Amino acid sequence: MKILLSNSSKDPFYNQIYEQIKSLILSDELKDGEGLPSMRKLAYDLGVSVITVKRAYDELEKENFIYSIVGKGSFVSENNIALIKEKKMQAVEEQLQAVVTNSKEVGISLDELQEMINLFYKE
Amino acid sequence: MEKVIELENLNKNFPGFSINDLNLNINKGYVTGFVGANGSGKSTTIKMIMNLIKPDSGDLKIFGMEHGDYEKTIKQKIGFVYDDNIYYEGLSLRDLQKIIAPVYHDWNNETFYNYIEKFELPLNKPIKNFSKGMRMKASLVLALSHNPELIIMDEPTAGLDPVFRKDLLKTIQEIMMDEDKSIFFSTHITSDLEKIADYIVFIKDGDIIFNHSINTLQNDFALVKGNRSLIDRDTEQEFDYISFKEDTFEAMTKKPRKIAEIFGDEVIIDKISLEEIMYFFNGVE
Repeated sequence: MKILLSNSSKDPFYNQIYEQIKSLILSDELKDGEGLPSMRKLAYDLGVSVITVKRAYDELEKENFIYSIVGKGSFVSENNIALIKEKKMQAVEEQLQAVVTNSKEVGISLDELQEMINLFYKE
Repeated sequence: MEKVIELENLNKNFPGFSINDLNLNINKGYVTGFVGANGSGKSTTIKMIMNLIKPDSGDLKIFGMEHGDYEKTIKQKIGFVYDDNIYYEGLSLRDLQKIIAPVYHDWNNETFYNYIEKFELPLNKPIKNFSKGMRMKASLVLALSHNPELIIMDEPTAGLDPVFRKDLLKTIQEIMMDEDKSIFFSTHITSDLEKIADYIVFIKDGDIIFNHSINTLQNDFALVKGNRSLIDRDTEQEFDYISFKEDTFEAMTKKPRKIAEIFGDEVIIDKISLEEIMYFFNGVE
C-alpha cells in the first residue's frame, strides 16, 4: 500500500494515514472487499507506533470505509453509503471548482454566482 | 485494555528524594516510553518494578501477579536491559549464554544466534573489550533470547550512535508485530519515542505528570507563538504554560482549536515536540 508520511506536516501521523487510505479507496486503487495490511504490519512498514495506525483504522471504520473481522483483519467496505456520498461530494467539489474558475474568467462576482445557484437550487 | 504493569499508591522514601502515591498502568501489546529529567524517579520506578528495591508501601502487579509469591514466574517472562554492566567483565557472550540459558524455560539458542549476527557481536571476546554500544547490544541479546512477554529497558539508547539507535527501534517494532508483547523503556532521547511509542509516561519529582497516547499528545497539545500584547488576564487562561520574551511569547496549550478560534491569524500554532512539552512542564512554573 502506497502511504507516505511527512514528518514536517502539521497533520498528525494518524490523520495522514487516514486521509491517504481514504483516497486510495475513493480512487478505487483499493478495491471493494480488498484486505488491508494488519495494523501491526503497517505500523512496522511505516515506522510508526501501533496505536497511530489503530487510530487511523478506527476512524476509517467509524466512517464505514472499512470493516474489521476479529482474527481476519480489515477490509474495504462494499457499496457503503458513506463511500458513495463521499464520491458524490468529491464530484460536486470538482464541478464547483470549475464553475468558480469559469465565473472568474468572465467576471461573474461571488454574489451573482450565489444568486444563480439559489435559482437553480430552488428549481 | 489489559494491563501488564499496575502500580498503585507506591511510596518510597530516600533521604532527599521520595516517590509519593505513584499510580501507573502500562497497557499490554504496546510500547510505552518513560521520560523525565535526571533524578525524577525513572530508575527508582523501574527498579521497584523489577523488585530490585522494595517500595515502602503500595501495590505492584506485573502480569496481574505480585512479586512476593510469583517473583520467579514474573522474571521468567521479563527481558530486562539496563545500562550498568552487570556481567563479569572477563566472560564472553558464549560463556554468558551457557550460564543464562539454563535459567530460562523459554531460552532459544536460535534467537540468540540471530541477534548476535544481526548486531554483529563477537561470541568469544570478553565483555571487557566491548565498547559501550556493544555492551548495550549484548545486554539486549541476552534479554531477548528467552522470548520475553514484557521487555523493560532503562535508557537503552543512552550513548549509542544514531545508526544503532535506528536498528534498535526497528528491532522494537519487529517485536511489536506480536500483539502479546509489551515494552516499557526509559529514555532521554525523546525523538526516538515520537515515532514508535504508543504511550508516553512523564515523571517529574517522583510524580507522574501524564500518561498519554502519542495521538493525544500530537492532537491535543500545541505550541503557540505570538505578540506579547495578546496576552492579558483573560487570554492567559487558555494556555497551560507561557514563557515570555521581550516582545513575544511562546506557550503550550491543550486547546489548539479554541486558540485558533480566539486569535485567528494573529498567532502561529505549531506542532509541539515531546521535548518542548517536557520543557514546559519542567521549566516554566
